[in-house]
Amino acid sequence: MPEEISVTAQTSEFELTHAKSAVFYGLYERKADLKHRTHYCPGCGHGVVHKLIAEAIEDMKLQDNTILVSPVGCSVFAYYYFDVGNVQVAHGRAPAAATGIKRACPDKIVISYQGDGDLAAIGTAEIIHAANRGEKFTVIFVNNAIYGMTGGQMAPTTLVGQKTTTSPWGRRPVNEGFPLHMCELLSTLEAPVYVERVALSDNKNIMKARRAIRKALEIQRSGLGFSFVEILSPCPTIWGMEPVDARRWVAEKLIPAFPLKAFRDAKPVLPPDTPPPIRPVPEVLEIAGESTHVARKSAHQFQEMKIKIAGFGGQGVLLLGQILAEMGMREGLEVSWLPSYGPEMRSGSAHCHVCLSEQRIGSPLISQPDVLIAMNEISLRKFAPSVSPSGLILYNSNTLPADFEAPPAHIACVPASQIADMLGSAKVANMVLLGALLEATGSMSPETAKRVIADKVKRVELLEMNEKALETGAQYVDKEAWAEAQPDGFPY
Amino acid sequence: MASGPYGKVSISVEECKGCGLCVESCPPQCLHLAPELSAYGVHPASYDGTGCTGCGICFYCCPEPGAIVVYKLRTPHPAMNQTRGEHAPAL
Repeated sequence: MPEEISVTAQTSEFELTHAKSAVFYGLYERKADLKHRTHYCPGCGHGVVHKLIAEAIEDMKLQDNTILVSPVGCSVFAYYYFDVGNVQVAHGRAPAAATGIKRACPDKIVISYQGDGDLAAIGTAEIIHAANRGEKFTVIFVNNAIYGMTGGQMAPTTLVGQKTTTSPWGRRPVNEGFPLHMCELLSTLEAPVYVERVALSDNKNIMKARRAIRKALEIQRSGLGFSFVEILSPCPTIWGMEPVDARRWVAEKLIPAFPLKAFRDAKPVLPPDTPPPIRPVPEVLEIAGESTHVARKSAHQFQEMKIKIAGFGGQGVLLLGQILAEMGMREGLEVSWLPSYGPEMRSGSAHCHVCLSEQRIGSPLISQPDVLIAMNEISLRKFAPSVSPSGLILYNSNTLPADFEAPPAHIACVPASQIADMLGSAKVANMVLLGALLEATGSMSPETAKRVIADKVKRVELLEMNEKALETGAQYVDKEAWAEAQPDGFPY
Repeated sequence: MASGPYGKVSISVEECKGCGLCVESCPPQCLHLAPELSAYGVHPASYDGTGCTGCGICFYCCPEPGAIVVYKLRTPHPAMNQTRGEHAPAL
């Protein structure tokens, strides 16, 4: 290359005006070879958009303050290139992730970078709702009217008549619908502040795209609201064109179908808003002052107790879980309650997960419960094998089913439904089992249970029945329920 | 066609993918694709050596972050020297 001028040979009469932005990494630490250059095809629009964003971030001095959310698609590797904060998210979910990031870090500049398959197909719901909520981040939407990464399938933005691998005779609106116009769609919403479509079709339009990206970031920096820039971009490889021809195709075909325009450029008028007061949970539940740390009575004081309660809908499965969780709250524990039930509210099977813990709870989902309360045989058979070997199973019956293969966990049979029926209502079976659970584990105080129930049950006779059920369950498990005695003298 | 040493452009053969967008975009048409192949099997873009005005449009049209570096002749008056980033072509 005799014509090439090396960087070092510059004389002082020339000054550097355009070079790789410092917002890009010097070398791209990607798994593949060729770490000195991007993975994009020759003539790909993503590279140009990357450069415009990087330059804007650098010029606006936002490098240490920016979080880029990269999508699924060709631009999935944006985090290899941009030396900013990076998050890569599931297909189409960039606006949802960006919402969380921006709300948690309102001082950061959050950019959601998405393609048309990501934003306008699988992620349509996310972008529409993020825009509708007026989330204060910026979306850069690179539209090349096709799926690039997966090899050229029809996208929502594919033009009428455009041939793709999944529309080999051209897109037919009768069968596949019309191209989706995201800018037009989003600009029907009240909340967005800035919605503009630009294109990488020629020099002039590239500079307009540069201005639009800067404007969008400026709007975000000012905290004005949601900004959205759609960039019509060439995909020479998948379109099967030379890069120069692909750029021309953007001008000749894409722009007529997707007109370039600032669809929205105004601050929305929001009604006056008074945010609700933020109060601690115990105060909201009107149990403030009650939350005291109770000394556990048994030797089996726990770090964490994971309880699964299962039965038919209508047996009070979910309510029992709620009561346990609320008791934990009043006794100063961390708690979680996770219901899981089918569409049938009654006579379907229902179960819920309750975690009671001295520490913060990692996940409310329980795979190996310490305690299983099985209110029917189906639940016993289904969940007993998953109970921890040192755990406890409380089964709502006199005896185990004949052919039941007992797991290593200890099993107490408490005929709660029968006891409840004798007390006056089969509905208090869950309270019988609660009484049994508290007695068997010593995990929480029955007094707490009574206070929680008193807050929930207003009718005096029902309250008395519930309290009686608690006591009966405790007495029963104490005297009769153990399927086998424990050599160490502990109930389980 | 502009002439004279107003600007210079340097193209990294290692990073150029030979797409030709800079050649197409260059207003004074002072870039071309080299006849010889690079190690990556493409004809990389190359500067003729004269005619560059330092406008920077090739930089913005090039998809590769570091493939093109543009220089501009310092003006005799320091006040006319702009800092980097403010050299976007006025189009």
